[in-house]
Amino acid sequence: MKHTISVLVENQFGAFNRVATMFSGKGFNIHSISIGETENPEVSRMTIVTEGEDKIMEQVVKQLNRLIDTIKVIDLTGQTRVERELALITVFYQKGTRAEVISICDIFRGNVVDINNKTITLEITGPPDKIDAVVNVLEPYGIKEMARSGTVALKRGEQLKYDKNSVTQ
Amino acid sequence: MRTTKQKLSGADIFFECLRQEKVEYVFGYPGGAVLKIYEKLYDVKHLKHILVRHEQGAAHMAEGYAKATGKVGVVLVTSGPGATNTVTGIADAYMDSVPIVVFSGQVATHLIGNDAFQEADIVGITRPITKHNFLVRDVNELASTIKKAFFIASTGRPGPVLVDLPKDVINSVCEFEYPDKVEMRGYKPTFLGHQNQIKKAAEIIKSAKRPLLYVGGGVIMSNGERELRLFAKENNLPVTMTLQGLGAFPGTDSQSLGMLGMHGTYWANQAVNNCDVLVSLGARFDDRVTGKVDTFATKAYKIHVDIDPTCIDKNVIVDLPIVGDVKHVLAELAAEMNEPLQIDDWWEQINGWREECPLHYEKNDGKLRSEFIIEKISEKTKGEAVVVTDVGQHQMWTAQYYKFNNPRSHLTSGGLGTMGFGLPAAIGAAFGVKDRPVVLISGDGGFQMNIQELATAVYNKLPVKLFIINNSFLGMVRQWQELFHDEKYSFTDLSESNPDFVKVAQAFGLKAIAVNSPSKVDDALDEAFAYNDGPVLIEFKVVKEDMVFPIIPAGKSVNEIMTKRLDPKEMV
Repeated sequence: MKHTISVLVENQFGAFNRVATMFSGKGFNIHSISIGETENPEVSRMTIVTEGEDKIMEQVVKQLNRLIDTIKVIDLTGQTRVERELALITVFYQKGTRAEVISICDIFRGNVVDINNKTITLEITGPPDKIDAVVNVLEPYGIKEMARSGTVALKRGEQLKYDKNSVTQ
Repeated sequence: MRTTKQKLSGADIFFECLRQEKVEYVFGYPGGAVLKIYEKLYDVKHLKHILVRHEQGAAHMAEGYAKATGKVGVVLVTSGPGATNTVTGIADAYMDSVPIVVFSGQVATHLIGNDAFQEADIVGITRPITKHNFLVRDVNELASTIKKAFFIASTGRPGPVLVDLPKDVINSVCEFEYPDKVEMRGYKPTFLGHQNQIKKAAEIIKSAKRPLLYVGGGVIMSNGERELRLFAKENNLPVTMTLQGLGAFPGTDSQSLGMLGMHGTYWANQAVNNCDVLVSLGARFDDRVTGKVDTFATKAYKIHVDIDPTCIDKNVIVDLPIVGDVKHVLAELAAEMNEPLQIDDWWEQINGWREECPLHYEKNDGKLRSEFIIEKISEKTKGEAVVVTDVGQHQMWTAQYYKFNNPRSHLTSGGLGTMGFGLPAAIGAAFGVKDRPVVLISGDGGFQMNIQELATAVYNKLPVKLFIINNSFLGMVRQWQELFHDEKYSFTDLSESNPDFVKVAQAFGLKAIAVNSPSKVDDALDEAFAYNDGPVLIEFKVVKEDMVFPIIPAGKSVNEIMTKRLDPKEMV
């Protein structure tokens, strides 16, 4: 089963490397990994998408916690969360297919960010399965290159219940 | 909180930090990147620098010192090859959770990454084999980094920490202040076990019909031997120990079942196989203990006490985990118990296995055997010595035949199985332990892997007893070749290439004795133990082809235990 794990690490030299070394040393899979600063410049957030049996996933979380540079490890799997990925996809077009490609991009609420006489580059954001869907649809046109950012994710804020008594008249 | 505040160079800060950490010994070797430190060292009085002959030796000495004393072992080496030579020792310390701090020189910060002379990315190299490591990039961070290094190495599950010191950092000057304590938001070792889990564990142990304590090195590291002894004695519980656990409970006590696992006793392994409650205390269910995991202690409710959460459910899924310092947990567990368990049937069964298949070796053919020598050493030292071993057959025979009565008395490379560990580790232990004899039991193969450290032992007049069990073979490998590799004795016969160990030792300046018959063992040992003006070496020339029994072949279950060499007639 796929797990999305959010890891807060010290924003310092080598922290990313420690996490990556641990994954390779223990033989854990990494589907994607992304890292960037958080609201606190001393802290980075890594979002790791990994896959394995439950027992392995439990070890992944424990081993991440064990690293001295990790501050907090949250397994977002099974929690309500927002997940997004960014993809830049350069697609070939021919006479007559340019409009089709652009309309596919529109359907997926993407943006055209570059174009020349052979290819068109699209920017798509969304959950990873949406990106997969776009890739599927675009494949017949010929994808020249693609760059995916890997997933970033946050837990959703707690939902406040609607209370009719508190509504002012 | 600040203790002192003055302007010091990086090198001065280094020694000031070691002084505050109460470091007695630094095992090291000078070189270009650490020359400034060695310049200062010339006048340092508060610690003693031990010059080794190879940096691997320094790392193992620090391990031996740390294991024997419970204090942090300290290593100082130069950049590049100096640092890379410590790698095996660091990996060994990581596997066996030994608290050491390795200070390595590094080229100046502006040269890092330039392939400068004697540059190696030692922080990168040691990342997967240290508990943590640091590259100090600014002299202002030096003191706090050293404080963190000692704190991380010695707390929680102990382990090695490396601190890389670039040459310009050592030469720079800054205000010195040594922090009283360190705050690391990412490192908060847990010490106290969960109360409810402990209560539950006590209830389960009380109701057990066939309980067994499975004790590992964690009990020794947490200084929990007193708590263990009380808990086991007051509740009438049988105790089996891992290789690293030996000494946590007295080997001469009738409740000790000796070691379990691949070369463990028949009765300890049968007890594991048949117990209904297995209490693992500071042990990690290593493959040398469990054999085939699917068949390991299948009838038992498993309780696992460990300070490292990653050890829980790693190899074997347990029923009741307790994360915490084993000394604390044992004390709390003991408080929850009320009366000794009535388990006479279980004891009868265990003692039945003990009689059924005792440890055995041939005593009447007049040949010199390792087991006999080790029994004699055990007898002469009354189980009170600090015994250091190398890796191989002699190591397993020591575990089987030496009756360890005290913790921190059995120093051996367990996890990594590092040949060459023994001699330097014994030297390190001898610096830390003055009130008990320090004995090395080594094989002829492993002894040659760090033989250069004989010079260190001689120079420091250490009264270590160095016993080489020389069977002219890489005996354990030979044993596996005989049992599992079609008797192809590929590159394990050293008989034509071994040196004359007595002459080698004499050339280094040791007193040395050769023994080749059982009748001479007593006198030679007496002579060695009576000599305390420096190191003494005895080369025991033993029979070539003995094997360690019992053995549970790798990945097999207890039922497949082999207790003796198969008779060729039976094999047909």
